[in-house]
Amino acid sequence: MSVLIFIDHSEGQVKKASLEACSYGAALAGQLNVPAEGILLGTVTTDLSTLGKYGVKKIHQAAQEGLNHLDAQVYAKIIADSATATGATVIVFSNNLSGKAVAPRVAARLKAGLVSGAVALPDTTSGFVVKKNVFSGKAFAHVAINTPVKVITLNPNSYPVREGEGSVSAEVAPLSVTAGAPKVKVVSATQATGEVPLTEAELVVSGGRGLKGPENWGIIEDLAKALGAATACSRPVADAHWRPHHEHVGQTGIAIAPNLYIAIGISGAIQHLAGVNRSKVIVVVNKDPEAPFFKAADYGIVGDAFEVVPKMTEAVKKLKGIA
Amino acid sequence: MKILVCISKTPDTTAKISFTQNNTKFASDGVQWIINPYDEWYALVRAIELKEKDPSTVLHLLTVGLADTEPIIRKALAIGGDEAIRVNADSADPFYIATQIADIARQGGYDLIFTGKETIDYNGSSIGGMVSELLDWPYISLAVKFDLNGSVATVVREIEGGEETDEVSLPLVVSCQKGVAEQRIPNMKGIMSARTKPLKVVEPVAAEALTGIVSFELPPAKAGVRLVPADNPAELIRLLHEEAKVF
Repeated sequence: MSVLIFIDHSEGQVKKASLEACSYGAALAGQLNVPAEGILLGTVTTDLSTLGKYGVKKIHQAAQEGLNHLDAQVYAKIIADSATATGATVIVFSNNLSGKAVAPRVAARLKAGLVSGAVALPDTTSGFVVKKNVFSGKAFAHVAINTPVKVITLNPNSYPVREGEGSVSAEVAPLSVTAGAPKVKVVSATQATGEVPLTEAELVVSGGRGLKGPENWGIIEDLAKALGAATACSRPVADAHWRPHHEHVGQTGIAIAPNLYIAIGISGAIQHLAGVNRSKVIVVVNKDPEAPFFKAADYGIVGDAFEVVPKMTEAVKKLKGIA
Repeated sequence: MKILVCISKTPDTTAKISFTQNNTKFASDGVQWIINPYDEWYALVRAIELKEKDPSTVLHLLTVGLADTEPIIRKALAIGGDEAIRVNADSADPFYIATQIADIARQGGYDLIFTGKETIDYNGSSIGGMVSELLDWPYISLAVKFDLNGSVATVVREIEGGEETDEVSLPLVVSCQKGVAEQRIPNMKGIMSARTKPLKVVEPVAAEALTGIVSFELPPAKAGVRLVPADNPAELIRLLHEEAKVF
């Protein structure tokens, strides 16, 4: 009996979404009184033993270069086999792009009930009930998993990364696998290196049509830089190619749940809100007091972004002691 | 070439979300239903484009739902596709749904299955992956570009922090998102022809629901926006730092 956590990596690093999954899996293991173990496929530069501080006791690593590209079919077989071999009763993934590719396959392979997009630890007082995001952030569902083996994917930014007391080292155990040749051939891969992925960003500054043109994005970037935030944009902005598509948040773009979302010159159409309504604090700057976004906001300024935003940047710099 | 596109019925994007029967059922009264946008705009339209390029392509639409999903599947047929299949069952469990789709796929001898990246109601993003595993086919998740050359697909998909270009021989399951195609509005000819396109109703195969919804919950209402005067942005920053403590 154990909780098995899938540890995802990109650019040779274990990223925040996986650390959240580790913390969540470890807490769940504590709740069930079983050990938390991890599984990592491929090679990383991160020292895996340090993941012990998040409560993971043992990490099964298949350190093969050929596994560095995530192939859903190959990964699912290895993870399912490993879960069976280690007697895992719950398998935890991040509900990031990697988790979405692999977790459903693992669940189907093991005929294990799947809840994707969990936002809290399961209620295990009577059965096994997981709270998840539904209706694009407009509601939650409590979903019972009725199978002996369970698969959960955790929404990014829903559970904090928690370090335990002291420095506990995780045991890294080599996992020998004979992975079949992948049916999918990777021709090329591009990584936007150095940037925090939007889904992992804790602070996000986002601009809309109110900015009037791509040449005015400096005020957004300056505020983001002062805060240490990622930048995002609304759909019309991405459609007009003012900003790259990967910055587009909203229903057709990506859904995010940062601690702080600052929307500048965005009216707040329902499709946009569907992508950001799980943000913990929403700030809206808009010159139109009737902008629907104010109804979903925690703080707001009715005013001209070109005057307000540079002053916000100055205030942040002053607060942080940046000249 | 035989393509199967999975279609879901979802409440309209702007529908008010509320629940009845002690928060165990979605309150559907007065709700307008639509084709799940990712299924319609991306999966279906890309499949239609493939058929336009190679008219010998057979394009079937599939939904798992009760009789009340028929207007939605007719609407999808008005955009395109040769015929539709409805599996007469209703479930919120992805494994149950995927089992039905995999069974239809096996019997129909399809080469390519498209789904939307997720539905806007359950937000599971899991049907495509489950179907591919049940069929033991490769799966490309979250595609942003899809091309076909003979029986080899070239697909660009979104991965953590970037994009990956893949080549894979059919059969294949692909989940589609923005970039794969552009939304199409059905024209009058499509609407008229959809009325006479075959819509086959089949009974579900035996399958277990591995999960079940116990109850729904609405998030706590926002306390209301706190407005800061436009001439004092520093006060907003102070509140974010000291009161909301977000940085």
